[in-house]
Amino acid sequence: MPRLLTPLLTRITLDPGLRSERRRAPMMQVRSILFLAILAIAPGFGGGEARAASDNLAIWPDIKAALFEGREIHDGAGLLQLEAPVRAYDAAIVPITVVAEIPQTAERYIRSVHLIIDENPAPVAGVFHFTPDSGSASFSTRVRVNAYTNIRAIAETSDGELYMATRFVKAAGGCSAPALKDAESAMANIGKMKLKQTDDVVLQEVNQAQILISHPNYSGMQFDQITRTYIPAHFVQKIRVSYGDRTIMTVDADISLSENPSVHFHYLPEAAGAITVEVKDSEGMTYDRSWPMTPAPAS
Amino acid sequence: MPLAMKQVAPGIFVHQGVHGEVTAENHGGIANIGFIVGAEAVAVIDSGGSAIEGQRLRAAVRAITDLPIRYVINTHVHPDHIFGNAAFVDDAPAFVGHAKLAGALTARGPFYLENLIERLGDAAAGTRIILPAQGVGERREIDLGGRVLRLAAHPTAHTDNDLSVFDVRTSTLWLSDLLFMDRIPAIDGSLKGWLEVIAALRQVNAARVIPGHGPVSADWPGALDAQERYLRTLLDEIRTLLAEGGTMEQAVETVGRSERGKWLLFDDYHARNIVTAFTELEWE
Ligand SMILES: [Zn+2]
Repeated sequence: MPRLLTPLLTRITLDPGLRSERRRAPMMQVRSILFLAILAIAPGFGGGEARAASDNLAIWPDIKAALFEGREIHDGAGLLQLEAPVRAYDAAIVPITVVAEIPQTAERYIRSVHLIIDENPAPVAGVFHFTPDSGSASFSTRVRVNAYTNIRAIAETSDGELYMATRFVKAAGGCSAPALKDAESAMANIGKMKLKQTDDVVLQEVNQAQILISHPNYSGMQFDQITRTYIPAHFVQKIRVSYGDRTIMTVDADISLSENPSVHFHYLPEAAGAITVEVKDSEGMTYDRSWPMTPAPAS
Repeated sequence: MPLAMKQVAPGIFVHQGVHGEVTAENHGGIANIGFIVGAEAVAVIDSGGSAIEGQRLRAAVRAITDLPIRYVINTHVHPDHIFGNAAFVDDAPAFVGHAKLAGALTARGPFYLENLIERLGDAAAGTRIILPAQGVGERREIDLGGRVLRLAAHPTAHTDNDLSVFDVRTSTLWLSDLLFMDRIPAIDGSLKGWLEVIAALRQVNAARVIPGHGPVSADWPGALDAQERYLRTLLDEIRTLLAEGGTMEQAVETVGRSERGKWLLFDDYHARNIVTAFTELEWE
């Protein structure tokens, strides 16, 4: 399976010759790494993270070259932090938080964050775009992790500079789409959304909310034993969150996001309005929903 | 060499799995498996974690009776319960499972098998995937000759394909992994669904229960209590945390700590149970 990179929805396949030299093992071995997550659930098959990424030479230089073409990437200290568990509890659902350490002002703000999982078959989990109306570029999401890997968040500021924070995560097998625990209800609920905001909506301040999208996010790596083929990928590709007529966040996503994608995000409302979330998946199916956000009465 | 069996009620024989991870030494034999003997036929209930374990279970059947093995009942998709199926193919039994078992096994089986081969090496020899030819949608009765077994297909609980067996003659309820004892329950279906199934099961009038992990036989319905307490603790504490806007990471840090020390393999499965339950409950 070729490695796929998805900068801004354009898939670039790395030079296959380069990859096959680096990859010691063909498909079968890759697959066996992929599916440890579901095994891990079955009693007796825990501790499935035994496969290390040490099989592979560093892939990061390839990813960097493909995505950032020789641009300098600064140390992210003081601009962003990346939080991830050292060892995943469930490789198919690894919580990731990016903490932005600068406010989103019109003068300077974080324009986008690339979330990259080096050892995944599609290393770019998502590109998260922000605006001054985001209030903060901090966000959380959940990803599939396929092997012991570096995870990177690379922020691009509005003045065109790149900053990176990195974490090493021990997990394996997370790209196994059949983490589905109830396949029937997953397809029945596709496109259903839930917006959560625990605290009251406060105007002129940075608010935090979470969007949950019901979607199996098939990775294209499930093998159907009867047809002897891979079940086609079917995943959330684009998420756009707006408040009133202003864009808060857009996400260009890929198969590394966990099933039922979740994103915690921020927004800076100036007046009463509604949050609208529009989702498009890789089959071209679209889903959207709006929620009026009522500010708490002044006390 | 035949597996060591215990007769937990007249004609019901159970082998106790070890409490550990799957290794070449234990042939994947970590689950409770066994068989029920009627006047005319035998039903195997779960075949074990590998073809070798299945062969040893078959040898145990033959040490007790020459009656034909007419049924192999697969209680759910997990490999420690059904990877011994191949050992019974020559007996030409009906392989019976939940109506959703075939789908689940199709999706997961190849990867379970690949992993088994990796862990067991030569000891995995002969192990293969055998899909159930007969699916149970709700209920079914099978007769072993003067001995009726009532099979019940349950809604999503431990997995989305749990099947239980009730032996009418001895009022024995074979729950398999719908009941974990001593070893921490693994949620691979639905936390809320499992609690609902437990509530429904409490209505069953049984003399004893056979859990999927733990002792070969236990008192009914008291044997349910510890598992229900564990699952309910997860439910209550995660709901409280969600109401306060808590995150998955916070849940993993704080939920269910009172259960630590009460279960074997707690540190290996508890965090994953929380993640599964959290992603289910956050939709409420
Ligand atoms: Zn099980």
